[in-house]
Amino acid sequence: MEKAIKRYWPVFVLPTLIAFIIGFVWPFIWGTGLSFCKFTTVKNVQFAGLSNYKMIFMDDTFTHAFWFTAAFTVVSTVLVNVLAFAIALLLTRGMRGTNAFRTIFFLPNLIGGIVLGYIWQILLNGLLSAWGKSLLALNATYGFWGLIVLMCWQQIGYMMIIYIAGLQNVPTDLIEAARIDGATSSQILFKIKVPMVMPSVTICTFLTLTNSFKLFDQNLSLTAGEPAKQSMMLAYNIYDTFYARSGPQWKGIGQAKAVVFFLFVVVISLLQLHFTRSKEVQA
Amino acid sequence: MGATKKDRRINAVLSVLLTILCIAWMYPVFMILMNSLKTERAITTTHAFELPNAETFVGLKNYIYGIQEMDFLSSFWYSLVITVSSVALILLCCSMCAWYITRVQGVLGKGMYYLCVFSMIVPFQMVMFTLAKTADTLKLNNPYNICIIYLGFGAGLAVFMFTGFVKSMPIAIEEAAMIDGCNPIQIFFKVVCPILKPTMISTAILETMWVWNDYLLPTLVLDIKTYRTIPMAIQYFRGSYGKVEMAPMMACIMITVLPVIVLYLLCQKYIIDGVVAGAVKG
Repeated sequence: MEKAIKRYWPVFVLPTLIAFIIGFVWPFIWGTGLSFCKFTTVKNVQFAGLSNYKMIFMDDTFTHAFWFTAAFTVVSTVLVNVLAFAIALLLTRGMRGTNAFRTIFFLPNLIGGIVLGYIWQILLNGLLSAWGKSLLALNATYGFWGLIVLMCWQQIGYMMIIYIAGLQNVPTDLIEAARIDGATSSQILFKIKVPMVMPSVTICTFLTLTNSFKLFDQNLSLTAGEPAKQSMMLAYNIYDTFYARSGPQWKGIGQAKAVVFFLFVVVISLLQLHFTRSKEVQA
Repeated sequence: MGATKKDRRINAVLSVLLTILCIAWMYPVFMILMNSLKTERAITTTHAFELPNAETFVGLKNYIYGIQEMDFLSSFWYSLVITVSSVALILLCCSMCAWYITRVQGVLGKGMYYLCVFSMIVPFQMVMFTLAKTADTLKLNNPYNICIIYLGFGAGLAVFMFTGFVKSMPIAIEEAAMIDGCNPIQIFFKVVCPILKPTMISTAILETMWVWNDYLLPTLVLDIKTYRTIPMAIQYFRGSYGKVEMAPMMACIMITVLPVIVLYLLCQKYIIDGVVAGAVKG
């Protein structure tokens, strides 16, 4: 049978393969190559060795964006997962209206990043001015917490769904047995439920971590990096270097930043997967 | 086990708390709806929380203005065309590809599989410049063929999900079909496709959520003066005028959000199951 299918590879694999090369493989290789070059358009490319990589830290916007992103990622990953897990616990108690609650909590996830950013910009600016504080665009700390609130609103529903599925798969006889042995509810929670849903924790932390680290749309629409690029995250910083700065050197630097950013994402993803996978247990 | 009286009381209290939380959860959308019905003057930050009253209520004026001024209906059309064509193409090509690379052992299949997994963690910023240039060179820069770019960049997740499912499918049915005289294409469409249906729905939902809301890829690939998708149009409110016109912008946000909410309420079971399936595979 394998042989018979094999003859048909132009039908089965070729379309995806060609599109994949156009849409990913070639841009990726070309992009990596360009990070070692100085260019403004693709026609005037000069090899420049490692100079782009040295220039990344010439101004401190990239370092600032890195720390801003790192802090944002840590805070949002912890908050989103803890809150989503808490809500999932409440919604698996079998009370009335569970379905309606679940539907509502998940809803913000379907709204796109740009639209979300503007919704919260209007709301948060209204709140801030009602309390006599400066607007989002004038204070990077408010911008930071604004992004956190937005991220929670968007992501909690999604993670909650995954946690609910995980919690529903915890065998009830395990919990029954623990209860008969005299375990308290907090013991059941931390000694049985949490270890049993570790696969969901792996997935959810992975998703929130990478989503937060790669955040772009929400950053662009909520704060646009204001004031003076103080609330700019890494992805946006790269975009800004590419398209908002004039001067022949910036495109190369932007591409070099993108390569560094890509390496960050890979390292973080691998570390996280290794760390939480090691905590998973078998029933 | 039966719920005790104490349990039931706790549940009642929790229900009330969750109801309050849910109302708060929905408030941002409600607020945009209210503000989209007010005059521009009544949306300044201090008045943003007021409900529309006789003085500030303008009916659907903002909606009409937003639709006409921003040519919002064509944005809607472009978003729809791009999403439908991209998702259809992704489903068809990636399911075929995934079936092939699971059933035929070889370097091509192995290589593609690992490349797809790899492509899922690469941030878009890494390829955005070169991808936009490639799309320009190949003339894949209008709403009617940008789906090829989406197929390329979205193939990772789809191939990964489909291969995960195909691996668990018994090969015996396909062998039986082959003995009965089906060629591989018939086997795929008559035997494999129906079994793949649940995964197709999950993948379709995840890819739709991505393509419909995607901002950066269409911005860089399409010509913003001729073709604007919905996220581009919303962002354009800020880019095009000196001062952002809040009221029409909120009207457009509502036009964007409402169909999504309606669609979600209609098929929420599929959407939620799709998310769970996608997460378990991922």
